[in-house]
Amino acid sequence: MDSLLNVQTVLSTLDATLRVSTPLILCAMAGLFSERSGIIDISLEGKMLFAAFAAGAVAAVTGSPWLALVAGMLISTVLSLLHGFACITTRGDQVVSGLAINVLASGLTIVLGIAWFSQGGQTPALASDARFMPLELPFIEQIGTIPFIGPFLEIVISGHNLLVYVALIAVPITWWVVYKTRFGLRLRAVGENPLAVDTAGISVSLLRYKAVVIAGVLCGIAGTYLAIAQNAAFAREMTAGQGYIALAAMIFGKWRPVPALLACLMFGFLDAVAIRLQGVPLPGIGEVPVQLIQALPYILTVVLLAGFIGKAVAPKAIGVPFAKER
Amino acid sequence: MSTSNVELPAWIEVVLIPVLNICLALFFAGLIIFAIGESPLEAVSIMLNGAFGYDEGVGYTLYYTTNFIFTGLAVAIAFHARLFNIGGEGQAYIGGLGVGLVFLLLDGYLPTILLLPIGIIAAALFGAAWAFIPAWLQAYRGSHIVITTIMFNFIASAVMVYLLVNVLIRPGSMSPETREFSQSTWMPFMHEMLAVVGIDVTRTPLNLSFILALVCCLLVWIYIWKTRWGYALRTAGQSEAAAVYAGIKPKRIIIITMCISGALAGMVAVNEVMGVHHRVILNFTAGYGFTGIAVALMGRNHPVGIILASLLFGVLYQGGAELAFEMPKITREMVVAIQGLIILFSGALALMLRPAMVKIWLAIKPAQAVAQHG
Repeated sequence: MDSLLNVQTVLSTLDATLRVSTPLILCAMAGLFSERSGIIDISLEGKMLFAAFAAGAVAAVTGSPWLALVAGMLISTVLSLLHGFACITTRGDQVVSGLAINVLASGLTIVLGIAWFSQGGQTPALASDARFMPLELPFIEQIGTIPFIGPFLEIVISGHNLLVYVALIAVPITWWVVYKTRFGLRLRAVGENPLAVDTAGISVSLLRYKAVVIAGVLCGIAGTYLAIAQNAAFAREMTAGQGYIALAAMIFGKWRPVPALLACLMFGFLDAVAIRLQGVPLPGIGEVPVQLIQALPYILTVVLLAGFIGKAVAPKAIGVPFAKER
Repeated sequence: MSTSNVELPAWIEVVLIPVLNICLALFFAGLIIFAIGESPLEAVSIMLNGAFGYDEGVGYTLYYTTNFIFTGLAVAIAFHARLFNIGGEGQAYIGGLGVGLVFLLLDGYLPTILLLPIGIIAAALFGAAWAFIPAWLQAYRGSHIVITTIMFNFIASAVMVYLLVNVLIRPGSMSPETREFSQSTWMPFMHEMLAVVGIDVTRTPLNLSFILALVCCLLVWIYIWKTRWGYALRTAGQSEAAAVYAGIKPKRIIIITMCISGALAGMVAVNEVMGVHHRVILNFTAGYGFTGIAVALMGRNHPVGIILASLLFGVLYQGGAELAFEMPKITREMVVAIQGLIILFSGALALMLRPAMVKIWLAIKPAQAVAQHG
């Protein structure tokens, strides 16, 4: 137990939490924009996966992390537009469309990866100048010597790559856009009552397209993070269900940015702890199966959705295609 | 003018548009193969030859088809009640748990004639139970069935990994799987059954489950279209308000339908665990549950359509294996990509071609159409 509870271990667990939460936070904000506009987005997973592949491939070919980021955001946005076209323009089923993107991404990234790089679906390993590498905050060595807060800043907050900070900044920006701008007001309105928005002379379709494009960009950053910041290459199926965890976190946060962030951090923390708790008995409880901790985000989300801990109410018009009366 | 309320003749709606959608999906699949630098036509011929060219290929094709019929029916029956069961994968996995538990307990004591039905019932019951929880939550707690069934897939996977690694594992073994069940629990292989009547075919995984799948098709058809339960199910799917008015209880329909759906998905375990592996292994469901969604969309939720769509996916799986062998640049995951394209065009974009079709139809048949809708 001593080894579990000393300050160093706690801090490094929190540090790991932030790293594994980053893609969750970005995808949860992506889902929030889409679903607040009334478009169900279960394709976070697929968009992130395809973006990770594109980023890994472009970084391997060009050696530039920035081009890779652009490629990741671009491909993810293209998939978002496809989702938008299916859901908004042809008024198709939103769940089916999201699923199609997930399945397509899961198959196509491996097919293309093997065809282009012949490494069993991986992209070539990247040198550090083709990746987003950890950044040390200025004066962090001096700050680190301050008692209590110093080590926290040095170990947990400092030393991440750029995209981790982008994810953290994305949350207040999302909050500001959704709650404090005219676009945000309309976005929330279109997810609740599109007919009212239409009556006010605002295009429901255009608003929803804007929302899914934002979702695409954010998922693109998340995928790029996985392939060229957290890891040094794309690996097949590397998203491993994180898009769904992000979706669960967004629902757990009741479609609101700050609670969604907290849910992401909680799920990330569970993930970080699961690895450390493997085979370690807890006092009074005994050994907790890793699988239980891994399944906890899903179980908690189901319990929340069932209304046993508070009530999660989705945007009212979610999943319903809007037909403009003429 | 809006085209969505113009009526099209049935053959356009039910045959032409779906077939065009599938053609579009296959066209894009061909484009991908072309982009990789292989010939799509050659790929098709290798696939067809791999799937039908020799009796071993046919056996494997029908073995895959069996799984897809089960999962396709599972998704389709839920669709008729306007429920989207994405949880087929988890329900099939837990169905395997049911088979595993009863056989680990009973396989030494009972004869085959009892063990086979018990195994089938266990698969169906466990699959149904795993679908019951999301159904109950949807009916009585208002949680969205799509989200809960997705979550239940992950939970099923965690449960099975835990049980196979820690509880059900064969003592002394390193790989996470149960011991092999005694031969008295095995579904008879097709090559064995055919050998009895004097027909000699190559050994393949194809087993009696294939017949069971066809029987399920018939039963589902009868249930949905020929019984009052099916009538209630379809009514609740069309309009909940109308159903309530007619004295149908939508909450009960949700639960009954999802349990049948889960039971059908659980049948995958009959084919895989009782028919082929004869033990419970990790990930024996291999994505068949998800493919069921593509199958149901493609087969337009009708048993006959589902058999045809399952056969196509059987060809894709078996032919795809052959293709990966012949064309090293193309891998088995190509089938997954094609599956994605089919879900996209036959599902998400199913209405894409309709406005154009309406225009063409109105242009060809101006007099009548104008008379009706003018």
